[in-house]
Amino acid sequence: MDFQNNAGPETANEEDLFMPSDDVREHLVVVGNGMAGCRAVEELLARDKDRYRVTIFGAEPYVNYNRIMLSPVLAGEKSFDDIIINSRDWYSENNIELIAGDPVTAIDRAGKTVTSQSGRTMGYDKLLIATGSDPFIIPVPGKDLPGVISFRDMKDVDTMLAAADAGAKNGEQGRAVVIGGGLLGLEAAHGLSLRGMKVTVIHLMDTLMERQLDEAAGWLLKSALEARGQTILTGANTDSIYGDGKVEGVRLKDGREIPASLVVMAVGIRPSTALAREAGLEVNRGIKVDDHMVTSDPDVLAVGECVEHDGNVYGLVAPLWDMCRSLADGLTDQHTGYRGSVTSTKLKVAGLDVFSAGDFSGGEGCEDIVLRDASRGVYKRVVVKDDRIIGAVLYGDTADGGWYFDLLKREEDVAEIRDLLIFGQAFASGGGALDPKAAVAALSDDAEICGCNGVSKGQVVACIEKGACSLDAVRATCKASASCGSCTGLVENLLAVVLGDDVQSGPKTMCKCTSFGHDDVRREIVAQNMRSIPEVMQKLHWSTPDGCSSCRPALNYYLLCALPGEYQDDQQSRFVNERMHANIQKDGTYSVVPRMWGGLTNPRELRAIADVVEKYDAPMVKVTGGQRLDIFGIKKEDLPAVWADLNAAGMVSGHAYGKSLRTVKTCVGSEWCRFGTQDSTGLGVKIERMTWGSWMPHKFKIAASGCPRNCAEATIKDFGVVCVDSGYELHVGGNGGIHVRATDLLCKVSTEQEALDHCAAFIQLYREEARYLERTAPWIERVGVEYVKQRIVEDEAGREALRARFLYSQSFSQDDPWAERAAGQHAELHQPLAPIAIAAE
Amino acid sequence: MTDWIDIGTLADIPQRGARTVQIAGEEEIAVFRTGDDHVFALVNQCPHKKGPLSQGIVHGHSVACPLHNWNIALKTGEAQGSDEGCTPTVQVRQEGGRILIARPTGLKAAA
Repeated sequence: MDFQNNAGPETANEEDLFMPSDDVREHLVVVGNGMAGCRAVEELLARDKDRYRVTIFGAEPYVNYNRIMLSPVLAGEKSFDDIIINSRDWYSENNIELIAGDPVTAIDRAGKTVTSQSGRTMGYDKLLIATGSDPFIIPVPGKDLPGVISFRDMKDVDTMLAAADAGAKNGEQGRAVVIGGGLLGLEAAHGLSLRGMKVTVIHLMDTLMERQLDEAAGWLLKSALEARGQTILTGANTDSIYGDGKVEGVRLKDGREIPASLVVMAVGIRPSTALAREAGLEVNRGIKVDDHMVTSDPDVLAVGECVEHDGNVYGLVAPLWDMCRSLADGLTDQHTGYRGSVTSTKLKVAGLDVFSAGDFSGGEGCEDIVLRDASRGVYKRVVVKDDRIIGAVLYGDTADGGWYFDLLKREEDVAEIRDLLIFGQAFASGGGALDPKAAVAALSDDAEICGCNGVSKGQVVACIEKGACSLDAVRATCKASASCGSCTGLVENLLAVVLGDDVQSGPKTMCKCTSFGHDDVRREIVAQNMRSIPEVMQKLHWSTPDGCSSCRPALNYYLLCALPGEYQDDQQSRFVNERMHANIQKDGTYSVVPRMWGGLTNPRELRAIADVVEKYDAPMVKVTGGQRLDIFGIKKEDLPAVWADLNAAGMVSGHAYGKSLRTVKTCVGSEWCRFGTQDSTGLGVKIERMTWGSWMPHKFKIAASGCPRNCAEATIKDFGVVCVDSGYELHVGGNGGIHVRATDLLCKVSTEQEALDHCAAFIQLYREEARYLERTAPWIERVGVEYVKQRIVEDEAGREALRARFLYSQSFSQDDPWAERAAGQHAELHQPLAPIAIAAE
Repeated sequence: MTDWIDIGTLADIPQRGARTVQIAGEEEIAVFRTGDDHVFALVNQCPHKKGPLSQGIVHGHSVACPLHNWNIALKTGEAQGSDEGCTPTVQVRQEGGRILIARPTGLKAAA
C-alpha cells in the first residue's frame, strides 16, 4: 500500500522549495487534498490538461480518498484501499505535486505565497482553497478528555476501531456514546455497533435526522435502529462529559449518566474558514464566492463545504460537483457560472434506505400526499405546491427518489399524474412503464444517477456509448455506482437500455441470497478475515436468514480452504453425501467405498469387504471405474458399524462421496509391464497418500500411466501423469463426464518428487481459485492454461508456496472421517429420534 | 382428539438439521429444526422421487431434497418454485422443552 506518507511532510529536495520551477506555466496551488480540491483539479484537467502547473497541499498523510465512505470502513465493509479516489499514480501521471501531511497555515495575498506547517513557502498564480469543514464540538465540560473524538477522517476511524478492540479484549462489551442523531452520528453508531460495542445515541431534537426526515420517517428509523440493539435517546441534552484523565461517560441535563469509554461528537460541521479569514478574505458563514467560485480576491478561488454561495452553505457532495464544474469552466475561460444547487439526499443509513429532497417542512399552500405500508416498513411523502413537487421524503423504498427529484428540479407540472404520483414512476407513467428499464429510459439526461460521484444519466449513457459495456467498465470510466453502490441497479438498467443484448454481464452472483459473485465473496472472506458462515452472511448483506442449499456448502468450503485447522466445519452446510461420508442412493440407502491406494488391495481387505457384504446383507458389490469396490444398500444406521469393520482391516474412507480427492488410478508400470517406463503404480500410491482427504471445489480424479499407451486414462483426469523414458509428463484439466475434455500438458519433469510437488501445487491453486462446484476443466478454460503454467511451472517460488500451503492444510485433513464416526461422533446423524418402540394402536 | 407423542428435546435435533422418527406401521417422519429454532415435521419423503428429506440442507423454513434439490416448504410440505407436489405434514408442538408430534393417522394412505 502506497497511500501513507510515512515520512510526514513530503521531503522534496531543498532546491524545489524556494527556487522558481523551470515550469513556466501558471501555478495553481490547491489547499486541501479532499474530495472538492481533487475533483476541481480533475475537472480542470478534463478541460485543459496542460494549462496549469498544479500543487496540492493536504493536512492528512494520505492520497485523495472518499470521505463519505468512511462509514463502510468503520463498519468493516470496505478497506481504506477501497475508498481511495486517486492513487499516487494519478498525481504522478498528471505531474501534480502532492504535499501530504503538511497543512497550509498562512496565505500572503500581497506576496502571492502560502506557508505550510513545516515552514515551506510556495508561490502561486491562482490559489484554490478547498479546506472543507471542521466538526462542530459542543462546548461542554469534558469535551477535551481523551476518548472524545469526532467522525471526520481516517484517524477518527482508527480511534474508534481501537476502542472497539479494547472492549473486545477485556472480554466485555465496550460502551460508546454518539452525540448527534444526524446521518454522520447514525453511521458512526451503526459501525461501532457492528464492531461489537454497546452504543447509545444522544440526540437533542425529537426526530432523528430532522433535517432530512420528517417525524414519521424519523420514528421508523428510530424503531429500526432500536430493534438492532442500539439505545436511542431523543430530546436528550448533553450536560457534560465526565471522567478522570479519560472519558468515562456522558451526563445529560436531566441527570442521567451513560457510561462510555468512547464518545463520538457528530453534531454537525462548520465551514473551515480560519485560513481565509486570517488572510483577510471576505467570510460570512463560509468563504464568500461568486458564480465562478472566486473569492473577494480575484486570484483566490474556493470550492466545496468551506464556501458560501448566494447565502447558501452546502454539506453534501452533489453541490460540490456542480461547483467544481463551474470553477473549472472559469479557470479555462468558459464562464458558465454556478447557480446554486437543489439538493436531495439518498442514503443508506445503517443499511436502511432513506431519501429526501427539497422542502418538506410544509406550510401555506403545500399539500401532502402520503403512503404508509406498515408491514413493509415503507413510508412515502410527496409535498406538492401549485401542481409542482417541492419536496419528498421516502423511507424503506427509495426506488422512486430519483424520479421525484427530477420532477422537482425541472419544476414539472404534475397535475395530470397527481393521483398516481405516490405510487411511483412505474404506475404514474401509465401502465406500460412498470418495467424498470422503461423507467430509467424516461429519465431526463441531466437526471442524477450517482449521487456519490455526481454523474448524470447523460454522462453514463455517453460513457456506455464510448464502449463501456459492463458495470465494471462504467465504474472504471465515469465512476457511476463505484462508491456506495446504491445506484447499481440504475446503471445496470441503463446498460440494458443502451446496449440491449450486448451488455457484458459481470460474474454471476453465487445464488439469489447475495449480490456478490463467488470470486468477490472469496476475496472478502480472506481480506476481512471472516471466520464463520453467519459472519460472511452478516458482513456481505445476505438477503436470507441462513442462505440456501447453493451458498451454504460453497461458503463452508471457502472458509475451510481459507482457515485450515481453524475453521469449524458446519455439518449442516454439507451436502448429504459429505455429511454422511457415503453416497446416497435413490432408495435412501448408502453405498460405501473404502480407499484402495493406487488401486491395490490384498486378501485381508478383500476378506473384510466380503464379510461386510454378508453381515449387512448388502445386495450388490461393484468394481468402480476408479479401481476400487463399492458396497451398495447400507442403511444410515448401519454405516458406523460397517466403517468400524472396514477400519479394523486397515481401510479408510475412499471419499467417493466428496468434493475432494477421489481416487488415483494406475496401471502396473515398469514393475510388471513389458512396456512400462517408470513405476506408475508406486507413484500413484505416493500421490494418493499425499492428497487423500483434501476438500476441493469439486471432485478431483488423478491417474498415473506407466507409458504413453496410457492404460490408466490419465489424459481425461483432473491431474494425470504419463510416464516416459526420460521422466514424467504432467497433464491437467481433463474430464470424462458429459463434456469429454482431454488434458492440457502442463510440463514435463524428470523425477518423482517433482511430479509430486507439481501435483500438490496444482491442487492448491485449484483449491484457492476455482469457484465452488467448478471442475478443473471449466476452470482452466476460464483462466487459460497459460495462467496455470505461469503459476505452477514458471513461478518456482510461487509453486513452492502453493505446495507448502497444500501440505499444511493436509496436516489437518488426513484423519479418517469413518474412524471418527465409528467411534461415536455425530451419532445423531445416524440414529433416529425416540428409539423407544411406539406401538401403533 | 389428537394423541401427542413425546419424541425428545429441541437439543436432540441439530440446528438447521433433522432427525427421523419411526412409528411402527407408519411412514418414517422427519422432524426439522430451523435456524430460528422452529420445529416442523413431515413425512420423510420428497413428493418427487421419495428422497429422504431429513437428509437435506435446511435453509430458512425450507429443506432442499438431497436427491434432486427440490425445495420443500417445511410448514406446508409444498414444493417451491416451478416444481409441483406436496409432502404430508405432521402436527408438532414444543412444550416445556419437549417436542411432541401428533400421532399420525393413515399417513400411509396420504403419502
